[in-house]
Amino acid sequence: MSLNIEVNNKQVEAQQGEMILDVLERNGIKVPTLCHIKDFFPSGACRMCVVEDERSGRMITACSYPIEEGMKIKTHSPKVVESRKTIVELLLANHPDDCLYCVRNGHCDLQDLSKDLNVTERRIAGKPNGTPQDFSSSAISRDPDKCILCGRCVRICEQTMGVSAIDFINRGSETVIGTTFDKGLNTSSCVNCGQCINVCPTGALHEKPHYNEIRDAINDPEKTVVVQYAPAISISLAEEFGLEPGKDLNGVLNAALRKLGFNFVFDTTFSADLTIMEEASELIERVSTGGTLPMITSCCPGWIKYAEEFAPDFLGNLSSCKSPMQMLGAVIKTHFAEQSNIKKEELYSVAIMPCTAKKFEAQRDEMTRNGITDIDVVLTTRELINYIKLSGLDLSKIEPEMVDSPLGVRSTAGKLFGVSGGVMEAAVRTAYYKLTGEELLNFQVPEIRGLNGRKETKIKINDLEVGVAVVNSLAKAKELLDEIREGRNDLHFIEVMACPGGCIGGGGQPFNTDEDALKARAKTLYSIDDRDSLKVSHKNPEIIELYKDFLGEPLSHKSHDLLHTKYCKRDVLL
Amino acid sequence: MKTRIDEYLAEFPKNKQESLIPILQGIQEQEGYLPEEAFVKVGQHLSIPTSKIFGVATFYNQFRLEPNGKYHVQVCRGTACHVLGSATVLEEMEKQLKIKAGSTTKDGLFSIEVVACIGACGLAPVICINGDFHAKVTPESIEEIFNQYRNQEESND
Repeated sequence: MSLNIEVNNKQVEAQQGEMILDVLERNGIKVPTLCHIKDFFPSGACRMCVVEDERSGRMITACSYPIEEGMKIKTHSPKVVESRKTIVELLLANHPDDCLYCVRNGHCDLQDLSKDLNVTERRIAGKPNGTPQDFSSSAISRDPDKCILCGRCVRICEQTMGVSAIDFINRGSETVIGTTFDKGLNTSSCVNCGQCINVCPTGALHEKPHYNEIRDAINDPEKTVVVQYAPAISISLAEEFGLEPGKDLNGVLNAALRKLGFNFVFDTTFSADLTIMEEASELIERVSTGGTLPMITSCCPGWIKYAEEFAPDFLGNLSSCKSPMQMLGAVIKTHFAEQSNIKKEELYSVAIMPCTAKKFEAQRDEMTRNGITDIDVVLTTRELINYIKLSGLDLSKIEPEMVDSPLGVRSTAGKLFGVSGGVMEAAVRTAYYKLTGEELLNFQVPEIRGLNGRKETKIKINDLEVGVAVVNSLAKAKELLDEIREGRNDLHFIEVMACPGGCIGGGGQPFNTDEDALKARAKTLYSIDDRDSLKVSHKNPEIIELYKDFLGEPLSHKSHDLLHTKYCKRDVLL
Repeated sequence: MKTRIDEYLAEFPKNKQESLIPILQGIQEQEGYLPEEAFVKVGQHLSIPTSKIFGVATFYNQFRLEPNGKYHVQVCRGTACHVLGSATVLEEMEKQLKIKAGSTTKDGLFSIEVVACIGACGLAPVICINGDFHAKVTPESIEEIFNQYRNQEESND
C-alpha cells in the first residue's frame, strides 16, 4: 500500500512498512548515520539519523521508524541539526583527541560528522576511559577508547559471519566491546576476516600493521625482497587514486611495486592456477576413489579457522590444498630460490592481500618448514595504498610493466579467484578438461557468478551430474553445512569465501567499499575473462613448465610436501 | 565426567534461549558464582555464543564472575547511606582491599558487593559482612573493621 508523506515541504510517495531512512535515500536526501548497516535490521542506537516529524512534533530515528500516512518530516531543521551536533559532541567528550595519529585519519565517519556539523570546540569535557588496547591477534588490533559503541562490528560478526567473537560487555558508562571474559582476540573465536574493521566508523579496529617490517627488509642489502599480490588487488586500487572504480591497474601495480623497492614482483594469480591443478586433481581423485565428499575449498583462511572452530565435523571435507598465497610462498622459497641462486634465509617474501585473515594464515605453524616460513609478512590492500602514497608515487603517471617470469603468467580462471564463484568456475574448467579431454563450452558457469550469498548448479561431466555450490559470508556457509548435516547429499564440490562477494569485499580492502564498488570490481574480473585468451589453468605454460621441471605432476610427493597442508580442531570459546 | 553444572542444565530443554537468565541465576545459586565452565556449557546447551552470555552476565549486577570471599562485604548504596557518604566509604574499601566492587581479593578473604538499600537507614552508612551489620561506617573506621576479620582469621589458624 502506498502512503503519502511530506519531506522538507515536498510530497513524497512511500510504501507501507518502509523505514523513513529508505524513503529519504530513494529521494536523494542524505541523513547521517553511524550505527546503521545497509540491509540489516535497524538498531537505532546512535540517534544520529534523527529527524523531526512536524505533525507530532516528535524527534524520531529515520533508520528504525516506519512511515506513517501524513507524516511531515524535516530532515535538516535547526532543531534536528542541533541534536545531531550534540550527539557528536557527546561522542567526542571521551574520545581521544589524536586524529592526526590515528589509523583512520581521513577515513573516519566520526571525523567527517564532526566536520559536517561544524563542531569546532570540545564543549563537553570528559576523558578517555583508558581501556587497554588489544594487540593479541596476529591480524586485528583493537583500541576500545576509540570505540563509540555503535555495535556495527558486533552485528556483522554475528549476522554476516555467524561467529559472535565480540559483544557488548558491562553496562552504562562502563560498556565496552569485548570478547568472552574480556580476553585477547587471539584466544577468542575470531576468524580474522576483518569485516568488523570495514564497518567500524572510527579507528577502534584496524589490521595489525606490517609496513615497518617491509620497509626494513627492503632497505636491508642482505635481503632479496619478493612480493606477490592477490587477484583482487589490481582491480581494487583505482578509486583511491581518483580513477574509475574497478579499473584494472595490473601493469601499473607491477611498476609501482618495483619502484617501492621490491626485487621481484609475482602475481598470486599464477599460483591460483597452481591451486586449481592440485584442487581439481584432488576432486577427481575423491570422486573416483570414494573419498570424502562434498569437497570444500580451502583458499580462504577466515573460512578455514571457522571450520576448525565451528565445523570440525567437516575438516575431512576440506581440500588439503594450501591457499594460492601459501603455495606461491612455498615455491618461491624452494624452486625459485634454487633457480636464482638466492639463499632461502636471505629471501624475504611479502604478500599483498585484500584480507586480514591472511596475516594469521601466514604465521600458522603448518606454513613453516624447517624454520623457513612460506610467507614472511602480509600487507592488506589498505596498507599497500598507504605505502604507495607515502612513497610519493602517482599511479596515473606510471608506465605499466610486466610481472616477473617465471611464476608470473596467469590464466583468467585464476584471476576469477577474486570474486565469489571464481575458484569453483576455474576448478570446473580444469576438472572438465581432465575428465573429458575437451574444454567446457564457452568456459563459463554463469549460474555461480555474481554477488549473491548462495549459488548452486549442476554440471554434467561425462555421465556424472556434478553438484556444485558457492557461498560467501560464513553465515551462509553455516546454512549450507546444516543442510548437509541434515542429510543433503547431492553436492560434490563447495566453494566458501568468508567475506561478502568474495575477496573483492575482503576485510583488508579500501574503506568505503560499497555495493557499487563490489559490482565494478566483479565486472572487471569477468571482462578480463572475456578479453584474454588464456582462460584455463591447465593451459598456463608456466604452470606446465613448473610441473615438468620441479613438481612432477599434481598430487605428486613433492606437491604434497610443499603445496598441501592439514587442519585441526581448535578449542576456543565459541 | 558429569559436573554439577551438567546435571543442573539437564533439567532445561535444549536451545530454549529465553531460559538464559533463569539458568544463570540457578547456577550462581548452586555454585556461588558463574564459573568459566558455566559459560561454555550454557552456550552449548542453548546454542548461544559465549560472548553473548558474557554480555548478559556483565550487564546485570546480580551475576558474579568470581566466588565470594570468605568475608562477603555488602556495601549499602541506598539513598540514606549515599547522603551520609557511602560513596567515599566504598572508594576507601576498594582502595584498601585493592579490588573493585563485584570482585574478590586474591587471597580469597574479602569480596565487595554493592547493594541497594538493605533496610537499615538509621545505621547509615551501613555495611554488612556475612550477615553482621556495621553501623555509621566512615573511611577512617574501615581498616579497623577489616582487621577484626583478619585477626579472627589468624586466631582460627
